[in-house]
Amino acid sequence: MTERTADTPRPVVTGLGVTAPNGLGTQAYWSATLDGKSGLGPITRFDGERYPVRVAGEVTEFDDTEHVPSRLAVQTDHWTHLGLTAAGMALADAGIDPADLPEYRMAVVTAGSSGGTEFGQREIEKLWSQGPQYVGVYQSIAWFYAATTGQISIRYGMRGPCGVICAEQAGGLDAVAQARRLLRQDASMVVTGGTDASLCPYGLVAQMSTGLLSTRDDPERAYLPFDGDACGYVPGEGGAMLIVEGEDTARARGARPYGAIAGYGATFDPRPDHGREPRSNLRRAITLALEEAAVPPDQVDVVFADALGVPAADLAEARAISSVFGPHGVPVTAPKTMTGRLYAGGAALDLASALLSIRDGVIPPTVGTRAAAPAYELDLVRGTARDGPVRKALVLARGHGGFNAALLVTDL
Amino acid sequence: MTTFTLDDIRRIMGGCAGVPESVDLAGDIGDLTFAELGYDSLAVLEMAARIQQRMGVRIPDDAIDEMKTPQAAVDYVNRRLAA
Repeated sequence: MTERTADTPRPVVTGLGVTAPNGLGTQAYWSATLDGKSGLGPITRFDGERYPVRVAGEVTEFDDTEHVPSRLAVQTDHWTHLGLTAAGMALADAGIDPADLPEYRMAVVTAGSSGGTEFGQREIEKLWSQGPQYVGVYQSIAWFYAATTGQISIRYGMRGPCGVICAEQAGGLDAVAQARRLLRQDASMVVTGGTDASLCPYGLVAQMSTGLLSTRDDPERAYLPFDGDACGYVPGEGGAMLIVEGEDTARARGARPYGAIAGYGATFDPRPDHGREPRSNLRRAITLALEEAAVPPDQVDVVFADALGVPAADLAEARAISSVFGPHGVPVTAPKTMTGRLYAGGAALDLASALLSIRDGVIPPTVGTRAAAPAYELDLVRGTARDGPVRKALVLARGHGGFNAALLVTDL
Repeated sequence: MTTFTLDDIRRIMGGCAGVPESVDLAGDIGDLTFAELGYDSLAVLEMAARIQQRMGVRIPDDAIDEMKTPQAAVDYVNRRLAA
């Protein structure tokens, strides 16, 4: 494969597909988000009463059998159903019929994080209650991280480079960066983004092992990033898929891109040492993304924060932001307060939101958080959406274990 | 004597491997190949596992490979039940 360099057309996003706890479909999600409507509530997907974490963001409107054909549904986890659905929406939004395109130039790169835990739990229950011969064959392909990528590839005949990126909750941005690399090679179009759905007992307990989840029962007070009362985060399911193409390809077929992928940076944190304050390399990810895009900090109109909702991590992020943009120097928002953190889907959904912000000239609000703690020195967009031209939006994402990513999208 | 019928296999296939979009399972499917029905090798393996549990007959892997159509599967199971 040849890597095109200086003359490579810039990558643009031409299609979005959203499956989120506060809205199924891009329009439903976006209007709910601008209205500050939260999708957080008590867990209903299983009897969660006996678990310390009882609030989550569930995609309640989603009926798997309505969106995924029967033969495919039995082979795949709920997380893949959400991914297939979002990918279908994104292709339709982009005006692409995969049958019209060369199969080896269509690529798929999604982020994965939890894998098919709900499917896996059902099969593990059969194993211990009935025996190994009762475990279904599809466990072999349903659980693993690349399953969603693979099923999208098979369904649409996309036989170009396909892969999955696992960087916990930073992966949604890393996947888009990988999509960009593939466009520099032979791909003409990439389906990218991510979804996650791990709201089953096994999945929830696995998430709880980090100790970072909120155990508060009130959905309105359970996830409060940057608030003095922050107490951890609420998990959610869903995510977003995006169609990324070179600007020349997109223009040639008359597509109307949402915006361009202008800069990206990824860093990793040093291993925490005893007796030393943990250090964050998030700031370096931000400056790498801005440098690549040749965009000075004062031209950035909004930062979509990672917003973990854990005081030490909120402080580290706030310091990274204010050290680049100055105290209260840029509007910061966290619409994920309305969805919970979606793992592999979270950063992809934030990226979709950033592009919609550019399209509509409006910054969606952070809900729940009453006031950013003064020490954070953040201009947090709270409660209601804020109007104003948005030409450049920076999305930040961190993954448990030390992943940092920053991605800048710009208008065209 | 217990016999295994096409209706039994229809129920098992629909329940464990899903219903194909292009073919009506209720129709005349006996002599269509599993491939024509939209069932790949994993789907046939899954179906065979459920038949073994439901009917209490053992179906070795070699026999699964030989079952190209629903009718062939029905005939195999009935031969085993009669044996």
